[in-house]
Amino acid sequence: MTHSSNNTAIDDSDRRSPDYPLPDWRQYLRFSQDHKVIGVQYMVTTFLFFLIGGLLAMLIRGELITPELNLVDRPLYNALFTLHGTVMIFLWIIPFNAGLANYLVPLMLGAKDMAFPLLNAIAFWIIPPAGILLMSSFFLPNGPAQTGWWSYPPISLQFPAGQPINGQLFWIVSLILLGISSIMGAVNFLTTIVWFRAPGMTFFRMPILVWSVLSAQLLQLINLPSLTGALILLMFDLSFGTNIFKPREGGDPILYQHLFWFYSHPAVYIMALPAFGIFAEVLPAFARNPLFGYRSLAIASLGIALVSIFVWAHHMFASATPDWMRIMFVVTSMLVAVPTGVKAFGWTATIWRGKLHLDTPMLFAMGGAAMFLFGGITGVMLASNSFDLHVNNTYFVVGHFHYIVFNTITMAIFAAIYFWFPKITGRMYTEGWGKLHFWLTFVGANLTFFPMHPLGLQGMVRRVASYPPEYQDWNVIASLGGFLLGVSILPFIANMIGSVLDGPRATNNPWEATGLEWTTTSPPPRENFAEIPQVIFPPYNYGNPRAYGEEPLTQTGEEVSNDENDE
Amino acid sequence: MPQLLEYILLTVFIAGLIFVSHWLGQQAYTWMPAQATAEAQRVDDLFSFLVAIGAFILLGLVGMMLYSVLFFRAKPDDYSEGHPARGSAKLEILWTVAPVLLVAWIAFQNINIYEQLNILGLQQIVQLPFGMAPATAAIAPPQQSPETAQTTPKPAAETVQVIAKQWNWLFRYPNGVTAQELHLPVNESTRLDLKAEDVLHGFYIPEFRLRQDAVPGRNIALVVTPIREGKYRLQDAEFSGTYFALMQADVYVESRPAYEQWLTTVAQQPQAFRNTATLEQQHPPQTLFKTSWYPGSSDPASIAASFADSFKPKDDRS
Repeated sequence: MTHSSNNTAIDDSDRRSPDYPLPDWRQYLRFSQDHKVIGVQYMVTTFLFFLIGGLLAMLIRGELITPELNLVDRPLYNALFTLHGTVMIFLWIIPFNAGLANYLVPLMLGAKDMAFPLLNAIAFWIIPPAGILLMSSFFLPNGPAQTGWWSYPPISLQFPAGQPINGQLFWIVSLILLGISSIMGAVNFLTTIVWFRAPGMTFFRMPILVWSVLSAQLLQLINLPSLTGALILLMFDLSFGTNIFKPREGGDPILYQHLFWFYSHPAVYIMALPAFGIFAEVLPAFARNPLFGYRSLAIASLGIALVSIFVWAHHMFASATPDWMRIMFVVTSMLVAVPTGVKAFGWTATIWRGKLHLDTPMLFAMGGAAMFLFGGITGVMLASNSFDLHVNNTYFVVGHFHYIVFNTITMAIFAAIYFWFPKITGRMYTEGWGKLHFWLTFVGANLTFFPMHPLGLQGMVRRVASYPPEYQDWNVIASLGGFLLGVSILPFIANMIGSVLDGPRATNNPWEATGLEWTTTSPPPRENFAEIPQVIFPPYNYGNPRAYGEEPLTQTGEEVSNDENDE
Repeated sequence: MPQLLEYILLTVFIAGLIFVSHWLGQQAYTWMPAQATAEAQRVDDLFSFLVAIGAFILLGLVGMMLYSVLFFRAKPDDYSEGHPARGSAKLEILWTVAPVLLVAWIAFQNINIYEQLNILGLQQIVQLPFGMAPATAAIAPPQQSPETAQTTPKPAAETVQVIAKQWNWLFRYPNGVTAQELHLPVNESTRLDLKAEDVLHGFYIPEFRLRQDAVPGRNIALVVTPIREGKYRLQDAEFSGTYFALMQADVYVESRPAYEQWLTTVAQQPQAFRNTATLEQQHPPQTLFKTSWYPGSSDPASIAASFADSFKPKDDRS
């Protein structure tokens, strides 16, 4: 579906990609230093892990369809949810976002590549071995780690005594490797964003996606060392006989919780911020409105990052934390609602009085934004510690964060894949299959994750393989929804593979979107732009046809002032 | 005239929102389990308040999005601009300040209720091992003045030791009785001393609306005041290993005489001990996928030994 082909009388042949063959697929298997190749490598690799993580999730839902144990035994169940969480966070969302940013940030800034291409390639090539190492722990005599993605000591130190090679160790080593990869990526992104902007690309002309990548990668750099450090200490306790976290030997298990959540709460924003950035790119393009309140949304990204550094102990309201700490973290956690609120209002105002095109990326973006509101509101509820003490570690929390990580972030990721698919592959996807994918996903996601809220309110604890029979009804719905989600991925895969091989050629700018990535060919050449672009427009310059190539760009094109057009 | 119509529609929309969100706030009470402590009432009030506010925001914004989807659709090939507004200082300040005030209000409500929970007994006594200073000021030891004002923690009539050990709950009562059931006298405050023997465990009774982790090596206590007789379920709520899901105990809230009666009966005739984890290990349920993975530190012999040990009357109130 190419819109511009039957769109205007203007000759757009100059915007159409030349009919050259698609890039050689073998380059994606090689050690390439091209940020676009690396970006695709990230995205495809992490998608495979997403499929693995999803399969684990469906086994979990299969077990939970009945109160009794009948599908998997308890050690296997515990391994399933441990690896499901670990894979989805550390091998799907975080590295997928890194891959997407890898592809887009240099293009959006008008740069030829990332600042450190070799480091970039190394950061990616750490991921497949780390992921394979993690999954290979299924073949160990006692299976993979079985203590959840938090791996709180002392339970995580109880793993088979006298077995130096065990699943917990594999888990720790894998996560340390993935952490190193992320830190390498963070250095690269920050340097690129600060130093590799094209002439005229001031900070306040950067797309919000770049702002959110900047904010998220700052968090990686500030907070991730804490997790890596904690994991190294945990490994010492596990394998080398130290007693840092062992309460019986004078260690402090609560210290691990602080170190763990000091990274792992900001990790939620490391995952969510790029999703917010995707909404900010997709919504204006399909509403044909400039992004409403660009500056406040840009600053809100940094604001979310800043506040999220100081909220970690809200995961520990039921741990042995003192009162003053509980109250302090109630207040800081609630403050996060302010910049996220600014974002949600900005998105809504962007759509308002627009000319909406409900193509697949827009459906995913709007669906994701709407479900984010739900997840955000339950988040404020959980930040209220008096209420949290009731639902802490119940399915209410599981429902809440799946509304964020799946119903918001993964929906945003799908929006991004459809939106930039023509740019990345030079081909169009099939719109009908995309819409089918959206509706299956939207219905499946709500069926799966909404029932978890009433279950949690009623007191169903998370991480149980068997449960009291009174909780069965909602669990059946959640399981059926989970299987529907499993099915929903099939039209997506078919669409992607079919369209890459045989989709119609994409124009340079099929959505008539603003942004530098749409001014180059689809797919872009090795050095991205024929010549270094000169940025003369404010971002999201919808309403100015020259900004998205409706009229030929001239250097005399004056910048439309950033005026306030109050209605 | 169309302007007037818009204002009327907006008013109707907001009125509808207020009505629906208030109704949902009232419904919220029915989504919760029974209220078995005085604290539960407060927590449910807070939840109802949060649901009402949340519903107002959610339905308001999603309503605007749906309205846009229905009425602001472009013609298929119309890629012209919608409206040129890039922002509005007034609006942006408004929707920054409004959430600040809103979360301040929510935080105030929450802290207010949390304070009340404290007064009613949720104040936990965290005592660090190894001679470190306590992390919080311990509550005053149970004072014998019965009708102290609500500003001090209620004196606890009884102290029950709660011992969490993979994967059983044990309760040691003041008269030395040890049992696998938690019995609490209704309308009286009971102090629960939480002790974890091996790993972290979570003390959680949904009807009581409170949850607290037990940490090995730390003495953590809470005071509960059940107000509703009945049988409830205590469930471990901090993942504790292979048989985590089985780590449950029955909780009975009963009248003082019934409680005393039970204590005497058990003192004379100790209950038989039932270790659900070991039972399941001996008779594993039929599952499609089976592993031979290490099930955690629960080989029947050591469990049995440790249980025998646990039930010897001993004084470890150090």
